[in-house]
This record gives sequence, structure tokens and C-alpha cells, in this order.
Amino acid sequence: MHPGPIPPERKGLGIRLDQLSKAYGREQVLRQISLVAQPGECVALLGPNGAGKTTLFKLMLGLVPPDSGCIEIDGINPAGRAFRPLRSEIGFLPENVSFHDAMTGQEVLRFYARLKGISATACAELLDRVGLAAAASRRVTTYSKGMRQRLGLAQALLGNPRLLILDEPTTGLDAALRKTFFDILRNFKEEGVTIVISSHALNEIEARADRYAILQGGRLTAIGSLSALQQESGLPVRIRLQIPRGETNALHKVVGDRGAPTPSTDGHVTLTCLADQKVGLIRDILASDIQVADIEVRSSSLEDVYAHFASKGLGK
Amino acid sequence: MSVILTLALKEFRDGMRNRWVAAAIVLLAGLTLAVALLGSAPVGTTKATPLSVIVASLSSLSVYLVPLIALMLSYSAIVGEAERGTLLLLLSYPVSRWQVIVGKFAGHLAILSVAITLGYGVAAGVAAYPAFSSADIRALFLLIGSSILLGAVFLALGYLLSAIAREQATAAGAAVALWLAMVLLYDLALVGVLLADSGHFISEQLFAALLIVNPADAFRIFNLSQLGVGAVAGLGGLGTTASVPPSVALGSMTLWVLGSGLLALNRFGARQP
Repeated sequence: MHPGPIPPERKGLGIRLDQLSKAYGREQVLRQISLVAQPGECVALLGPNGAGKTTLFKLMLGLVPPDSGCIEIDGINPAGRAFRPLRSEIGFLPENVSFHDAMTGQEVLRFYARLKGISATACAELLDRVGLAAAASRRVTTYSKGMRQRLGLAQALLGNPRLLILDEPTTGLDAALRKTFFDILRNFKEEGVTIVISSHALNEIEARADRYAILQGGRLTAIGSLSALQQESGLPVRIRLQIPRGETNALHKVVGDRGAPTPSTDGHVTLTCLADQKVGLIRDILASDIQVADIEVRSSSLEDVYAHFASKGLGK
Repeated sequence: MSVILTLALKEFRDGMRNRWVAAAIVLLAGLTLAVALLGSAPVGTTKATPLSVIVASLSSLSVYLVPLIALMLSYSAIVGEAERGTLLLLLSYPVSRWQVIVGKFAGHLAILSVAITLGYGVAAGVAAYPAFSSADIRALFLLIGSSILLGAVFLALGYLLSAIAREQATAAGAAVALWLAMVLLYDLALVGVLLADSGHFISEQLFAALLIVNPADAFRIFNLSQLGVGAVAGLGGLGTTASVPPSVALGSMTLWVLGSGLLALNRFGARQP
């Protein structure tokens, strides 16, 4: 099933969080979070357990009120009454989603469809799309963790949402299903749906979100696109070169103080340089007389960037 | 409206699949038949018809069983969903909290109504057939109706406990304590006070008022006054000698439904999922 093109008036919902703080009792869960997600943008929330991601989602859905600061989804405060109709346009997948065990998968989906005012015909298609068509008439209690997660995803996709809020959506999914999940997500993104997703699996979320927000101890320690975060972190770029053994000295001369070439056992030489020196350095090497057989550039991964900001956040 | 209906239908279906509900129907019907068979003895010595004796016995039975079944249905309604994690998802949908309470109430009340109507109606009809007057049938209908109202009181009280409790086990314990207090201990305490007082301070009116504020006693008074057998029917019978109008008894129960229901809604509203 394809969600079909969203008419212009059904573009994604924008999100604006301004100086948002929330405490449960004495425990300060969120501290002055400010974040804007443009309609159609995909923002990934990264952070360890207890960083405040789930609370942030509850605030966005208007399920708990903030202690201070303000939230607007499409210009409307989610804790107010005016937000209720907008809930039909939001798909939410909670972390460790659970259902009423006595119901079958199909009954669960129809139940949620009715709450959104959607006809039951959409349910069969959605169940098929998440690969649960064969298990539709089985009770949820017989479902595996992955099947429950898929059912959770199906309910989040009910009624072509304009905003998807997904809390650890790929937990319990095998590799093939993760791929299907991200394919579905890409479709929605192409339609202009706004997506906020949290994930522990940094390698799979890398290059899938427009921006990454790193939450640490209730604080937003960094936010930006991967390249912006790579720049901001100042993490080095690694350049691996395959050159004849005798040309290491020549390489030293070309590189100067920019890269500190380190030979490795397999005959390669690795240079470590700053991100903004990368292009110049490669140009100089290729322009020299050194016979470069192969070149491989590796920027810092999302995991590296995350680890960098997470350790900075801990120091605060 | 469709949201409430959807929630109510879900609860009804869940309840009908739940073995406890089937057990409740069997229990009520079984006890009705037992009462009908065992209760046939006094009929010979009084002017009462078999059905009126059954109805009188059932009203005593209802006071204990109906609140118990209602609390069993309702105590986990909110805290159970919160513990399972289904409440968070439900509230993210375009559903108001009052709709959740009203929907669950409608579904649970429908389950209770089916259990009580089937349990009492069919069994009493079978047991008393063919000897019943139109007055007896009226009393049976009033018993069924007032039992449902009594169930509504304890459903609402169950939601209140469920909205306050942080854990399902706490709500279950509180439900048992509430049942004991309102159905058993209240009457015992009242008898104790009455005996200690020996007519000095507690007037007949005050005693009637003390009875009527307890929904379980209000239920007893209502049914016994309908049958006119109050004088032989225990503590509730004492109440009817103070001539409490049936409408006041019904009013007391209705106020309990509304009061507990509104309080449950208030507590649910303050709860952060």
C-alpha cells in the first residue's frame, strides 16, 4: 500500500518547542529544551535511556503538561482542547508498545481506526503492508515482540498522518523488517510528513534523518544535520591511502603538519585530519608525484559524533 | 458519540471473553436456582408467592455479589491500562478522558446488565414457573433494575480507586477493603452503635438516614419496600419500618454513581500517563 500523495493542505505539521522544562517530583527530566521541526522534516532524537526522550514525546502529544516553556504543534498547544482534532493527524508509536491481549491483530487495528474515525477497509491494507495479514485473526497474546511492534507501526500509520512520532520504532524488528520500516518511513517523508523518531541504533538512523538532536540528562546537548554536527564536533576525518612503500617520505613532505601519516600492517597509510582540511589535502596528494593506487575517505560516523557530544554533555 | 460507543463495545467484548464474566453469570443463575429450590420451604407457612420469596432472597444476595462483580470489572480499568502501557497510546488518540470513563462505564454496565438479567431473570422465571403474579414480575424487574443501579455505584467507585492507585495490586486491595467496609462492616458497625445506644440518641429517622447513605443498604431498603416483606428481612427491614420512600433509596444510589463518577474523572484528569 502506498499512502498516496498528500494534498497541499495536508502537508506535515510543524513543531516548535521553546524553553521546555519538566520535572517528575524532584527529578528534573527535561531542562529548557528548544527545538523547531519544519513541516516535512525528519528529526531524530538520540540519547541514552532516561535522557528524557519519552517525556518529550508525551509533552508533544499533550499527555503531560510542561512545568515551564511552551509547545506548539502546527501552532496549537497540544495540552489544549483545540488540539483534539489534530490528534487524528498524528501517528504515535510508543516505546514497547502493548495491546489488549484478548483481541486479535485485526480487532486491535479496527479499534484504533474507529477512534480516529477511519473506515475498517484501510486496516486490511495496513496489516498487509507490515506483513501481518496472515496473523490478522490471531490473538495479540500469541504475537512475538516483532509482530507487536509491526502492529504498533500499523496503528501509527492509520489515516495518513501528517506527523509521525516514533519512540524506538525498530526495537524487536529483524534486519529485513527494519529495511521495510525505513522504506515505509521514506515514503512518508517524501510525501512531506513530519517525522520525529528516537533510536538507540545509531548506525541505522544515520543518513535517514535531516537533523539529529542529542539529549543528555534532560538537556539538548547538540542539534543539527550530520555534516553540521561533524563540523561542530571537530572530529577528525580519516584518509586511507594505498601508496608504494618507498613514497612514505614524500607523503610526509606533502602532508606537512596537516595529517600525521601512520602506516598500517596491510601496506596502507592512514592520515587523520580536520574536516575542513580534507579537500585541500587530497588535492595536494593527487597533484604530487606520489603514485596513489587507492584512496578511501572516512568522515566521523553518527556514532562518533554522538559519543563526542554525549561525553561533553556528561561533563556539564 | 462514536468514540464512546467504540470504547464501550471494546470493553463489552473484552468482558464477554473474560471467563470471570461467564463465571458471574453462572454464579448468579446458580445461586438464584439454589435460592428458589431451598426457599420453597417457607412458602407453605406464609402468604408469599414463590417468586416474591425468591426476589426477597435475591435482593439479599445481590447486596454482596453485585458490588463484588462490579468492583472486579472496574478496579483495573485505568491503573491496569496504565500498567500495561495501553493507556498512553489510547490517550494519544482523539479521545477525551471523560469519554474513556463513560465508554468503559457503558461497556461494563452492559456486561453487568447481561449477567444480572440472565442470571436472575431466567433462573427465577424457571424456578417460579408458572406461579407468579404481575406484582411478582414487577418486583423481579425492579430487583434487576436496582441491581444494575447498585452495580453502577460500585463500577464508579472502582474507577475512582483505579484512577487514584499507582499499581494495579493496590487498586485490587482497595477494592476488597471497600467492598468489606460498605457491604459488611458498615451494617455491623451500625448494629453495634444501635445496641450501645439502646435508643437514647439515635432516633428512627437518624437510623434510616444512616442506612440510606450507604448504597448497599439503600438497595436493600428499595427492594424490600417493593415487596412489603421488610419486617422479616434483617437490618434493611429495620430501615423500611422507618418508612423510607423508595425514590429516596434510588436517589441515594444515583448520587453515589454521579459523585464517584465525577470524582473518578477528576482524579483521572490529574493523572499523568
